Amino acid sequence: MNGAAVLLALAVSGAAPATPAPPVRIGGAPAPPVRVGSKAFVESEVLGELGRQLLASEGIAAEHRRAVGGTRVLWEALVRGELDAYPDYTGTVAKEILGGAAGPAVEALRPALAQRGIGVTASLGFEDTYALGVRPEVAQRHGLAKISDLARHPGLRFGLTNEFLDRADGWPAVRDGYRLPQRDVRGLDHDLAYRALAAGQIDVTDLYSTDAEIRRQGLVVLEDDRRVFPEYQAVFLYRLDLEARLPAAVAALRRLEGRISAAQMIDLNARAQLDRAPVEEVAAGFLRERLGAAGTIRAEGRGARLRGRTAEHLALVAAALALAIVAAIPLGVWAALRPAAGRVVLAAVGVVQTVPSLALLVFMIPLLGIGTGPAIAALALYALLPIVRNTHAGLTGIAPELRESARALGLSRWARLRRVELPLAAPAILAGVKTAAVIAVGTATLGALVGAGGYGQPILTGIRLASVPLILEGAVPAALLALGVQGLFDLVERGLVPRGLRRGRAP
Amino acid sequence: MQPGAPALELRGAVKRFGPAAAVGPIDLAVPAGASLALIGPSGAGKSTVLRLMLGLLRPDEGAVLLGGTPLDPDDDALRRRYGYVVQGGGLFPHLSARDNAALVARHLRWDRARIAARLEELGALARLPGDVWERLPSELSSGQAQRVSLVRALFLDPALLLLDEPLGALDPITRAELQDDLRAAFQRLRKTVVIVTHDLAEAAFFAEILVLLRAGRIVQAGAFADLARAPAEPFVARFFGAQRALQLPGVRV
Repeated sequence: MNGAAVLLALAVSGAAPATPAPPVRIGGAPAPPVRVGSKAFVESEVLGELGRQLLASEGIAAEHRRAVGGTRVLWEALVRGELDAYPDYTGTVAKEILGGAAGPAVEALRPALAQRGIGVTASLGFEDTYALGVRPEVAQRHGLAKISDLARHPGLRFGLTNEFLDRADGWPAVRDGYRLPQRDVRGLDHDLAYRALAAGQIDVTDLYSTDAEIRRQGLVVLEDDRRVFPEYQAVFLYRLDLEARLPAAVAALRRLEGRISAAQMIDLNARAQLDRAPVEEVAAGFLRERLGAAGTIRAEGRGARLRGRTAEHLALVAAALALAIVAAIPLGVWAALRPAAGRVVLAAVGVVQTVPSLALLVFMIPLLGIGTGPAIAALALYALLPIVRNTHAGLTGIAPELRESARALGLSRWARLRRVELPLAAPAILAGVKTAAVIAVGTATLGALVGAGGYGQPILTGIRLASVPLILEGAVPAALLALGVQGLFDLVERGLVPRGLRRGRAP
Repeated sequence: MQPGAPALELRGAVKRFGPAAAVGPIDLAVPAGASLALIGPSGAGKSTVLRLMLGLLRPDEGAVLLGGTPLDPDDDALRRRYGYVVQGGGLFPHLSARDNAALVARHLRWDRARIAARLEELGALARLPGDVWERLPSELSSGQAQRVSLVRALFLDPALLLLDEPLGALDPITRAELQDDLRAAFQRLRKTVVIVTHDLAEAAFFAEILVLLRAGRIVQAGAFADLARAPAEPFVARFFGAQRALQLPGVRV
């Protein structure tokens, strides 16, 4: 099977990778790697990583876009072709994606998905259903064993995952199915919800039935006595064109079918979540023990990891800043030349700045998909304000006698701008660019939320795992980079700002 | 340029600043080759008249004629026919003295040799030492800055030279030196010169025609001797008297 798949991959690729790791090549140029996505929780990341490593073990170049977002984001990315495959659950597919048009059994989903160009594997072997959980002492005090018992205690505080709150098969289904009277229902991040539960800040939260935390906190999982939650078999969704293009890739993913039991999944989750083993290692261990496949961990040391993230982060900031400069300086000039238009421009750029950066990123997803594109666009929009405002202020702040001198010399509007006004405004413009760059370095950490990588990656994972060292692995270099950027601009200032205008000199 | 027309002419020119304040109507002709001084107390409208002449301000009423044709304030290139020294010199702080002086010539793509030759010629005329050209305005003395500003104004060899309080901020010694040098330069160049000053002695020293302004209107125009001997209004005599009181007998300013 293994050998056949490798041969198949070779036949498709027309090249001869001797070891499993090198990327598949077509006609000398590297074929685009198969992109496996995962949702922003540990189990999905483990499954996504299992997929990537299985592909790699078959000699198929693959990358894992980790923790990209929720169901909608992943599904849209898959349909649009930004991802080739990602793990999901049958109940979610049936209700959330297909809107209840097809039943939750895999065979019932297959034709409906095929119409959209998407294929589905058989169940990976376990179910990860939604459940509601409470601390044992709360269960004891109120006599809670079934979800229907909750109806008698309207004072209980619910802290639910944001996605669960909104999903058709989530909170609305439970609330209506059990006629739950609780009013105190808050939306939280999944992992923060567990901590809030442990701290007694909330009483009830939604769980995944394979969550490691159930075991650790000894939580009581309430029985779904009215069968509100559908079946949630874990499956891989993939693009049918992947199957046509690279059948070996789908065959590799299929090797996971029926191979992971619920107990094993809880185990894997516990290793990643509680023991804080890197997801790559957790996945590699499983593949080695259960499938006899050589899971490939990109055995990166901290240094290599840091270099990779630094490169991603810098690329995000540089691209966003370049875009922002190209757009903002002309806008600032226009605003300075036409006071009426200027007020509108400054107000508009100011409004962009008031949109929370997180929301701005999410708005970009429907327009630009996931990955670096939307992150760069959002960062660039964010970087506009300081540059536009400083360009405008720098130009309008030029002493009137200098502006008059330039006019009296008989220079055209454009020549005055180029030879006199922009050089005079250069220190202000550069200060604006510097501010924008430093802000962008910080804001770019949010890029990891839409799969753009960078220093945000360890921060996000660190938040999920409550791992301070992991958070610092992202936060410290981000802070250092911000300082570095500041220093770099001080140097650039020396080169770019005319000698007669530098700080500390009387002009 | 129409033959025989004044180099510059204001015809009923009015510039309003808000509902109360206005300059004009002004009727004034500057003959080609003449030197004319606009004098008067602060706020009389001297600089406004100069800016109307340059097209830096657009008159609300009336017209400004340059060589007999109406001046279009939107025509930037037209201003290359003037040399203008703004109050305080108006040198650009980011450019060296050389780049300030040669800014427009360079923009017009003069070649290096021509620019160097012109700098040398005008540097000699303005009596500037050869080592000032690489300096920034902040590294020049105020007298040198004024001279560089004059070189810049003269660079394209304009027919008209307009100066707004060119010596206003200078110490008395520098001022006296510069007055001598400026007059010598004007006499050699035979240009039409309009100079704004509040100093009567300076006006008389530079200009054949004195135009006394007060509250936005021309009170009297003519040679120094005419104004001194036959003041049109008591204000003219008062203005002359106030200035003469500042001088000591036998001391030239």
